[in-house]
Amino acid sequence: METAIEVRDLTVVRGAREVLHGISTDVPRGVITGLLGPSGSGKTTLFRAIVGVQIVSSGTVTVLGKPAGSAELRRRIGYYTQSPSVYTDLTVRENVRYFASLHSLGAAEADSVIREVGLAEQAGQMVSTLSGGQHSRASLACALVTHPEVLVLDEPTVGQDPVLREELWERFRDLAGRGATLVVSSHIMDEANRCDGLILIREGSIVAEGGPDEIKSRTGTDDLDQAFLRLVREQDAESGHGKEVA
Amino acid sequence: MSFAILASTTGRILRQLRHDRRSIGLLIGAPVLLMTLLYFMFEDGGMFDDVVVIVLGIFPFLLMFLVTSIAMLRERTSGTLERLFTTPVGKLDLLFAYGLAFGLAAAVQATVGATVAYVFLDLDTVGSPWFVVLIAVANGLLGVGLGLLCSAFARTEFQAVQFLPVVVIPQILLCGLFVPRDQMAGWLEGVSNVLPLSHGVEALQEVGLHEDPTGVMWRGLGIVVGAVVLALALAAGTLRRRTP
Ligand SMILES: Nc1ncnc2c1ncn2[C@@H]1O[C@H](COP(=O)(O)OP(=O)(O)O)[C@@H](O)[C@H]1O
Ligand SMILES: [Mg+2]
Repeated sequence: METAIEVRDLTVVRGAREVLHGISTDVPRGVITGLLGPSGSGKTTLFRAIVGVQIVSSGTVTVLGKPAGSAELRRRIGYYTQSPSVYTDLTVRENVRYFASLHSLGAAEADSVIREVGLAEQAGQMVSTLSGGQHSRASLACALVTHPEVLVLDEPTVGQDPVLREELWERFRDLAGRGATLVVSSHIMDEANRCDGLILIREGSIVAEGGPDEIKSRTGTDDLDQAFLRLVREQDAESGHGKEVA
Repeated sequence: MSFAILASTTGRILRQLRHDRRSIGLLIGAPVLLMTLLYFMFEDGGMFDDVVVIVLGIFPFLLMFLVTSIAMLRERTSGTLERLFTTPVGKLDLLFAYGLAFGLAAAVQATVGATVAYVFLDLDTVGSPWFVVLIAVANGLLGVGLGLLCSAFARTEFQAVQFLPVVVIPQILLCGLFVPRDQMAGWLEGVSNVLPLSHGVEALQEVGLHEDPTGVMWRGLGIVVGAVVLALALAAGTLRRRTP
């Protein structure tokens, strides 16, 4: 399968600590890849490197054959940040139309995406007056509106009710079906089952990669939470860092 | 730079301002109120014209600095700046958009202020009111440029406001409003000479005294515009696409 994102020996230092320790991975084109790991494991940092806003110490990130962050890529990539980044002193519609306009897209596109994320009724409402989940969806709409070839979504379903979460995943599936590459992070293992491929990350290193079924059968469990735990124990045992278990 | 992105970003900043009724009230109302106050203070003195023509130029500087530094700080802290840097928006697109949007706001402010001063408060200048407005807008842009620059060195809105007594107030004290610059101690006059607002105020004083634009007026305006360009260039240097 063609590669959309290629990460090679990526090391990132934030503050005084190294938070990504020379990781390498390939994200294939046209599918949904899940990046899973506990809070603080480095998911957001990896995403920032992919969209080109993170200072990296060493290693390379290549997206669609171009170095991450290059001017041409910025027309082809969409980024949904973990904490919503939209203008709270504008309405939902004004926000989405603004981000659409940066890619020469018009009001009609903006309005249809607003409907898709379920904010049609709130379109004229100031973002500052939205609920948490609605605020996130306004931010998501700004990422979806530009029809990017590569969509980087940092915990997009957190705080959404089950019905909406289902709809969003259907929408992600639909986008992948039309050729987009999606990378979605989550710390909810349950969501991993919806991805085509998984990257499990912990403390800045990749623990395992593969499809959900592949990882489940490799670890001999049907539960991805359990699978993650087993993989971590295995690795700790190998490296001798694991605690002695009686 | 892209014209379409510059235009839509300018529009976005103006829409943010439009939703903030209180700030609009401050920008337009405060100069009018203060000039009215001066009108009654100087009821029978001849100083009114000299003072008001300077005040018309100081308000855009002060208020645009305040509004711009807070707006840019919000852009940085809300995550929208980082997000914009993953889109086709360039640094200059963003900085010029702020300049255009708040420059336009300064033009409205200066026009309303000048209209009130000339029509209702009997302001009298030998030179044309249009030059008063032009120089006032340039001073407003000086506030925008310095505001964009200073916001880079603040992490909170509280810290942004702290630049007021450091960057803005000294320029107002030394610009010739309180003591004519040539009557200051030599070293103070020297300091005053390197502060850009002094030259903007000098240009305004020239309009007050001469019918046709003078060389000193153009020089003052030129220095202010040069300072705006310098501030914007330095501000561009503080914008980093990649952060730690
Ligand atoms: N700006 C920062 N300065 C210093 N350390 C940071 C910064 N941002 C994140 N970190 C640290 O980097 C590590 C990885 O964080 P992050 O990538 O946000 O993880 P995740 O998204 O998986 O929760 C954490 O230990 C976090 O404390
Ligand atoms: Mg995160």
